[in-house]
Amino acid sequence: MQKTKIAAEIMMQPKGRPAGLQGKWELFVKDMKRDKHLFVLLAPYMVLFLLFTVLPVMISIFFSFTHFNMLEFPSWVGWENYSKLLWNDDVFLIGLKNTLIFAVITGPVSYIACFVFAWLINELNPKVRAFMTLVFFAPSISGNVFFIWQIIFSSDSYGIMNGLLMKIGMIYEPIQWLQDPKYMLTIIIVVQLWLSLGTSFLAFIAGLQTVDRTLYEAGAVDGVKNRWQELWYITLPSMRPQLMFGAVIQITSSLAVADVAMALAGFPSVQYGAHTVVTHLVDYGTIRFEMGYASAIATVLFILMLGTNLAVQKLLKRVGE
Amino acid sequence: MKLAIRVKRKVNRSWQVDSMLFLLLAAFGSFMAVPLIYVINNAFKPLDELFIFPPTLFVRNATLENFADLFQVMKNSWVPFSRYIFNTVFITAAGTAGHILLASAAAYPLAKHKFRGHKVLFTVIVLSLMFSPHVTAIPNYMIMSALGWMDSYQAVIIPAFAYPLGLYLMKQFMEQIPDALLEAAKIDGASEYRIFWQVVMPLVKPAWLTLLILMMQMLWGTDGGSFIYSEQLKTMHYAMGQIIQGGIARAGVGAAVAVIMMTVPIVTFVLSQSNVIQTMASSGMKD
Repeated sequence: MQKTKIAAEIMMQPKGRPAGLQGKWELFVKDMKRDKHLFVLLAPYMVLFLLFTVLPVMISIFFSFTHFNMLEFPSWVGWENYSKLLWNDDVFLIGLKNTLIFAVITGPVSYIACFVFAWLINELNPKVRAFMTLVFFAPSISGNVFFIWQIIFSSDSYGIMNGLLMKIGMIYEPIQWLQDPKYMLTIIIVVQLWLSLGTSFLAFIAGLQTVDRTLYEAGAVDGVKNRWQELWYITLPSMRPQLMFGAVIQITSSLAVADVAMALAGFPSVQYGAHTVVTHLVDYGTIRFEMGYASAIATVLFILMLGTNLAVQKLLKRVGE
Repeated sequence: MKLAIRVKRKVNRSWQVDSMLFLLLAAFGSFMAVPLIYVINNAFKPLDELFIFPPTLFVRNATLENFADLFQVMKNSWVPFSRYIFNTVFITAAGTAGHILLASAAAYPLAKHKFRGHKVLFTVIVLSLMFSPHVTAIPNYMIMSALGWMDSYQAVIIPAFAYPLGLYLMKQFMEQIPDALLEAAKIDGASEYRIFWQVVMPLVKPAWLTLLILMMQMLWGTDGGSFIYSEQLKTMHYAMGQIIQGGIARAGVGAAVAVIMMTVPIVTFVLSQSNVIQTMASSGMKD
């Protein structure tokens, strides 16, 4: 739109290129003057957004090529941090492996769970629906009440899970759930899923309510036989925008597992069983103060999150086409 | 006509599948709810009930002992518990109010005007939804110390103003406001600021409440991150962590804090649920 407008403006200038440039500039100034109120409204938010989100990403990328410990002046080291990270840091690779395990499981499972529960809840009458929405959404909004899982999986025989299993005779002595790397990942995944019905869940509930009812009637006429066909041919395509939004939220949070892991399995966890990219970042950034190295970790995380999100968006755009 | 269709749709649903789905919903519903119910009941259990084995889900002789103990325990600490409550309430209130105001002001031009750069700005906002704040944590630490904001409320409050998800949802919601309404105001001679404040803002009340819930999710549970280290500025979440560290002897008091912590966001959500759902309906990403 804008381009054609500018092109038209240029063509109207009789003197050719220099005048065209000048015309462009004048148009730019005119636009700016016309929109100055809009920029005033935008400015406070955008300044803070640049300062606390955009600038930090740039700083992080810059420092990832330096050696920097907050005391001495940073020195340029090129790709050294990255090569050390990918080839000489076994703990990082453990963290990366765990992060990918978390993401591959909690990402899709929580995404599908958000949708399936939203879909089931949507069929209920409004009062029950509001109540069930609350039940499913409550864990994600209760702040840090997930510490309760620490009591459930407590390592002595007073822990709820141990007590239960011992009572029914499945085990004879308490299991050290959160100290044993064998169980750690699974428990954290369960807790992460418990917490994961958040913003996207609400977006799906809302999305389902906006699907045009007449489409279902038309579908029934066109030979949609059961609820599964209804879901596949009508509901899902109608909700594509919400599905894409939900994907972004779930992917980002599934790659950022750290708080739950640190709270339940400790930091550092036994044999790094619950170590993730983010806990590795916390280790180097806030304990060892190797800011250059930590920035490299942050940059890898940034690329991982953005790359996954963009790839999945591309994929979801194709659904139903 | 309508009745006929309803009957027809009923035929599409077999009762076997219906009851199976109902069971599924009930099973997962209890998986979600039981831990929370357990915490709430623990907060009201007297000492002897807390350590019954096997543990009971529901309280038998409810008592407020744990809440009284909480203030008793925290009386001897460096700062009184009320100070932690104040800090959390203040950070949440200030952060939320600022965020709603700034995000709405920025959302209005993005939603309703085509100015130079509007597409680029919005694309950057969407991209910033695609990575978590962990990525920017370390540079933010440097920026805070450069600004001299270390160990202050504003280190937590001000960055919350520019949280991208809030702007995104607000902008998507504002797009539904009919252009005719804004044009009418313009013809009546209203400035952009007046249109924003007197026409747009009252119409997006559901979105305010949604941003409120999001901010609450983020700020009510904050421990101050790595920015706050003075005891008198620390939050309730931090105090909760300290109490739980006290181990099994503090189980009841820990549950009491947890109940105080979770009540506020949950009640807020219950009160604003229909508005939040209304906002979320427009949350979708268009190509």
